[in-house]
Amino acid sequence: MRETDAIAEARRNLEVCNACRYCEGYCAVFPAMELRREFPATDLGYLANLCHGCRGCFYACQYAPPHEFGINLPKVFAEIRQESYVQYAWPQPMAKLFERNGTVVSVAAALITALVMIGTALFQSPDRLFGVHRGEGAFYAVIPHNVMVLLAGSTFVFALVAIAISIARFWREAGGGAGPNGKQGMGKPLMQAVRDALTLKNLGGGGHGCNDTDGSFATSRRNLHHALFYGFMLCFASTNVATYYHYGLGLQAPYGYFSLPVILGTVGGIGMTVGASGLIWLKIVGDPEPVSRRLLGADYAMLVLLWMVAVTGLVLLAVRSTSAMGVTLAIHLGFVLALFVALPYSRMVHGAYRFAALVRAAREH
Amino acid sequence: MVDLTRLYDVLVIGGGNAAMTAAVTARQGGASVLVLEHAPKALRGGNSRHTRNLRAMHQAPTSVLTEAYLEDEYWDDLLRVTGGQTDENLARMTIRASEAALPFLEECGVRFQPSLTGTLSLSRTNAFFLGGGKALLNAVYATAEKLGVDILYDTEVREVHLEDGFARAVDINHKGFPETVRAKCVIASSGGFQGNLDWMRQYWGDAVDNFVIRGTPYAKGRVLKNLLAQGVAQIGDPTQFHAVALDARAPQFDGGIVTRLDSVPFSIVVNQHGQRFYDEGEDVWPKRYAIWGRLIAQQPGQIAYSICDAKSVPLFMPSVFPAITAGSVGELAQKLGLDPAAVEATVREYNAAVQPGSFDDRKLDGCRTQGLTPPKTNWARTIDQAPFIGYPLRPGITFTYLGVKVNERARVLMDNGKPTANLFASGEIMAGNILGKGYLAGFGMTIGTVFGRIAGQEAAKHARN
Ligand SMILES: Cc1cc2nc3c(=O)[nH]c(=O)nc-3n(C[C@H](O)[C@H](O)[C@H](O)COP(=O)(O)OP(=O)(O)OC[C@H]3O[C@@H](n4cnc5c(N)ncnc54)[C@H](O)[C@@H]3O)c2cc1C
Ligand code: SF4
Ligand code: SF4
Repeated sequence: MRETDAIAEARRNLEVCNACRYCEGYCAVFPAMELRREFPATDLGYLANLCHGCRGCFYACQYAPPHEFGINLPKVFAEIRQESYVQYAWPQPMAKLFERNGTVVSVAAALITALVMIGTALFQSPDRLFGVHRGEGAFYAVIPHNVMVLLAGSTFVFALVAIAISIARFWREAGGGAGPNGKQGMGKPLMQAVRDALTLKNLGGGGHGCNDTDGSFATSRRNLHHALFYGFMLCFASTNVATYYHYGLGLQAPYGYFSLPVILGTVGGIGMTVGASGLIWLKIVGDPEPVSRRLLGADYAMLVLLWMVAVTGLVLLAVRSTSAMGVTLAIHLGFVLALFVALPYSRMVHGAYRFAALVRAAREH
Repeated sequence: MVDLTRLYDVLVIGGGNAAMTAAVTARQGGASVLVLEHAPKALRGGNSRHTRNLRAMHQAPTSVLTEAYLEDEYWDDLLRVTGGQTDENLARMTIRASEAALPFLEECGVRFQPSLTGTLSLSRTNAFFLGGGKALLNAVYATAEKLGVDILYDTEVREVHLEDGFARAVDINHKGFPETVRAKCVIASSGGFQGNLDWMRQYWGDAVDNFVIRGTPYAKGRVLKNLLAQGVAQIGDPTQFHAVALDARAPQFDGGIVTRLDSVPFSIVVNQHGQRFYDEGEDVWPKRYAIWGRLIAQQPGQIAYSICDAKSVPLFMPSVFPAITAGSVGELAQKLGLDPAAVEATVREYNAAVQPGSFDDRKLDGCRTQGLTPPKTNWARTIDQAPFIGYPLRPGITFTYLGVKVNERARVLMDNGKPTANLFASGEIMAGNILGKGYLAGFGMTIGTVFGRIAGQEAAKHARN
């Protein structure tokens, strides 16, 4: 991490926190902070990514603005997280995409969806695009299966590689867990981090919920994130099962309403829709104080994109035996593709950084 | 909108823990309640917003307290710190009631830390608020709002109209506008007067300009003074306050916990002239914590300097301000603005007097000086390993002891010993009844919660009749 204004501000904040420690039960950041007396930039990058942005420490803080100490950890940590996404982005020239990320992600999504639409229209005759297709292979009459696999597969694999390289650099620079009390083993910390990530343990203000919108505690943010995350995972599982059906069993989509891929996809899609809508709502009604205004665009863009993917998927299910199927399919696949393309250069990467930070935290204790 | 022409059942003066627990309890008792808090909303909660724990009696381990802490032990602890300046009846009643204080706060949504890793190991006697006092207050305020308690911020109570022991109305200044509010009962929970430097100047002269006030600037004692002037019985020595040693770079008000410095036992402490003035190793730090404020207040310029070397650094919590470091004692003295020759002489003399021993920072280790005045009786090690570390220290005032006299029903008493008809008090404003001197960690919040609840109950009962 480079020395920046945000890094200096976070250091100033943590020097106050380290002399106070009232918040030590809120999340993993404070125990990790207490292991240190000094805060080099790389450690701040790690601590910032460990912060889940629950805001518990902001409302609890007797030194929050207008107090002259002006302590506001969630805000400065969000800024540093953003800086870490920029600094570790791979390939580096793409880092620019994190600036004005909201616009970038929205424009990319619109553009890619439009391209898929135009492409489909160019390659398919109108009666195919607007025709009614039923039975095995109905979708592939509009967009051939191998085109779908090629586009989605290659962008997704690229996204994974890009994120993996970024995280590897982040991990190495942040000391890879060889910090104070650094332990050597990897198995246990990994298990612990998986558990913490899957349960969002740190997004619960020490067990009673976080400050979703103001000084009062609630668990809606955590539940909504769960809905979004597990919804996404179900959709992912649905795709995998469908792939197995296709190649393993020789069965072609669309599958019946009560088939495994459709059930997984439907439940997942509903989860994602609910989760993304709720999180957008919380951002709208939330207290703006502990939030970095600059970064809001990126958050909205990502949530809206996820929402679009989910909703168009559900709509596709609803209209799949009508003449609207062709267009809906093109739009849905457009958004999915946009999601994969944007993945390594959007707020979605927070999951990977957070996970790496959790592993490191588990190794330190 | 709050309707100021309405006759409230209960007016609560103040917005700290003692006020809010009273407000919630009175409302639960069926009373209509208006809270009048001088501070703006963002800075509400008085000194209570800076606290971190409360001391609670308990018979068996609870979710947040280990082992047991029984009445007699609690009472012994209190007796020791107050040197007997307490009222045994009131004190024992408070101690017994502290057992129910914790569940009450939990019901108000307050969360406690499951365990503690901080420097003071108090998890047997004290329950730590998750997020500290401000988080506690947020929860109690939210509960009060949910119950329908009305709250006015930016509202200073200027006068309580007391006639024949009957509080008829209070004059307030609400966001700059004078108003009068009537009520059936009044609960005074407006804290001490440590935020009022001019009042303290009467006893301490211009030394007060060098005092740091650790908590809220809004505790000016206006209501306290007003009540005492109307024949309410006084308790506690007006000249006395609880003071600790703080980093001298602390802001004048509201610096809270982070400006404290626990380097003293592992240092020598010199005054402006570079001279030592008290045994730094007299006792373990939590116990000795409070005497150093007063010691420094009595030094010229109300300032002192803690000096140690590299060996001691890992032994105390970091201060929020950077340590002043130097390669030699003389250079350090210069950086601290002291006479290098004087400090060098003090350190030389001290080093020569240090006796061999086996150092142990976790107990009274008996490592002492020989033939030095004043001696250092524990943790005495030579100061000879660069970098040398210094911190400037000032007295930090926590609270004042002066208060109004109350009975066990939190009812304020008049000079003639008679209870007032409808005036109650809770918290710092009456703490002197029980804590006439010294301090027991976590007891301030206990007194506030216990008396807040009693005052709330009694006021609601009185309003109903
Ligand atoms: C840094 C620090 C740390 C502390 N830590 C602890 C701890 O861990 N545990 C513990 O038990 N104790 C602690 N104490 C002591 C503790 O803060 C007090 O004992 C306790 O908060 C007293 O509560 P209170 O409600 O009576 O007063 P306060 O919390 O001080 O509240 C007084 C209120 O009255 C209001 N007020 C004053 N005058 C007027 C007026 N004229 N009109 C309207 N409103 C007015 C103020 O704005 C304020 O809201 C600490 C104190 C400090 C300074
Ligand atoms: S956020 Fe505020 S209350 Fe919490 S540890 Fe930091 S300084 Fe203390
Ligand atoms: S996770 Fe919550 S409590 Fe922890 S640092 Fe971030 S905002 Fe504060």
